[in-house]
Amino acid sequence: MTDEAKRIIAPLDSARVKELHAGDRVLLSGSIITGRDAAHKRMTDLIKAGDPLPFSIEGEIIYYVGPTPAPPGRPIGAAGPTTAYRMDAYAPLLIEHGLKGMIGKGQRSDSVKQAMAKWGAVYFTSVGGAGALISQRIKEATILAWEDLGTEAVRRLVVEDLPLIVATDVHGGDLYITGPAKYRQR
Amino acid sequence: MRTIHVDDISIAVKKLCMEACTILGADVLEALKRAQAAEESPIGAEILGRIIENAAIARTENIPLCQDTGMAVLFLEIGQDVHFEGGSLTDAIHEGVRLGYRDGRLRKSVLHPITRVNTGDNTPAVIHMEVVPGDRLKITMAPKGFGSENMSRVTLFPPSAGIQGVKDFVVQRVQESGGNPCPPIVVGVGLGGTFEKAALIAKKALLRPLGGANPDPLLAELEKDLLERINRLGIGPMGLGGRTTALAVHVNAYPTHIASIPCAVNIQCHSSRHREIEL
Repeated sequence: MTDEAKRIIAPLDSARVKELHAGDRVLLSGSIITGRDAAHKRMTDLIKAGDPLPFSIEGEIIYYVGPTPAPPGRPIGAAGPTTAYRMDAYAPLLIEHGLKGMIGKGQRSDSVKQAMAKWGAVYFTSVGGAGALISQRIKEATILAWEDLGTEAVRRLVVEDLPLIVATDVHGGDLYITGPAKYRQR
Repeated sequence: MRTIHVDDISIAVKKLCMEACTILGADVLEALKRAQAAEESPIGAEILGRIIENAAIARTENIPLCQDTGMAVLFLEIGQDVHFEGGSLTDAIHEGVRLGYRDGRLRKSVLHPITRVNTGDNTPAVIHMEVVPGDRLKITMAPKGFGSENMSRVTLFPPSAGIQGVKDFVVQRVQESGGNPCPPIVVGVGLGGTFEKAALIAKKALLRPLGGANPDPLLAELEKDLLERINRLGIGPMGLGGRTTALAVHVNAYPTHIASIPCAVNIQCHSSRHREIEL
């Protein structure tokens, strides 16, 4: 995976998003944020009420993860992706408000894909259940907001060569459709 | 009559929680390696390699295999000649879970279903107790992640649906789950009993070691047939395409009512974790 992967730096812009295609292997470095079910509900409630978020999502990649507590001397514990469809109800609004990327696992809904194509955002996946391995690529973790949510708090992560696969792109490509179709036997 | 102090149970449960979340069973690792060798999809084979690498890192670095260290599900087989002293058996189990998730730095994922307020210590556990002959106590800890638990279903077929209805339901459930439950999965199927019995025996089917055939020839045949159909779906590792969608299908059966075929499908991710101890 490593030698043929595209190296990209977070945060992202629309031009970079357009260069990514479903099936691309990516090594992501830079700064990303985390959020899962509870944080998505709070973000959505604030946006709908016209209130500011306690952090910016402009150009950000959000990683759907709820890590385990950090061992001594490490920034974070196990930190693999969680299932993305649970964020489908919230994602289009966040994309409309500047979110450029998402990292999770599992297929996205049509409404998320439409929002991605319209506003320019990409969906990456990494290996679910590989929380210990992924943890080693996370160099810093700090809580940005909503510490009361525990593992679901929004964190800022600094990652180095985080191995990802582009699952869904802005061009209509979806590896969750084309991948299985290639190997399906009747 | 044999006496067991409940403090010893707390200590045992604590240890089981910590080990179950960081050490992948040898049977699962072997199944993953066999799958990796046979996988035709390059991305699929690569993903299987990363899953195997992850298990090595988790074990040597003492980091959980997966950040979803689950809801603690405990099965107790209690010899009928055992007497517990020192307090409540149930409280002792919850205390063991509390200590294991605290000291093992495991994720606290348990909350109220309506208020969504986290209990903060991953309790309560889900506890299944069974009284058996003898004076021993067997405890199995099976942390259950909910990426796969969310994909599980129970249905109650009319007898006219027959075994074909059951098979189609199981395969359809895996198809609809796609990449969500972190394939390659283990599929636990519970057939018969009542609504809750079917679900319970489906979950218990996940505890059976991988690689062995069901001792009941009828169920062994059903498992083989289901596994072949599931692995023809093409879902593959993490749902990105390939031949390895399931590592195994395990079926448990129990007699049922003349009016029904209860059928439960409990999906287990590749991080198929469980540890047991006998006291």
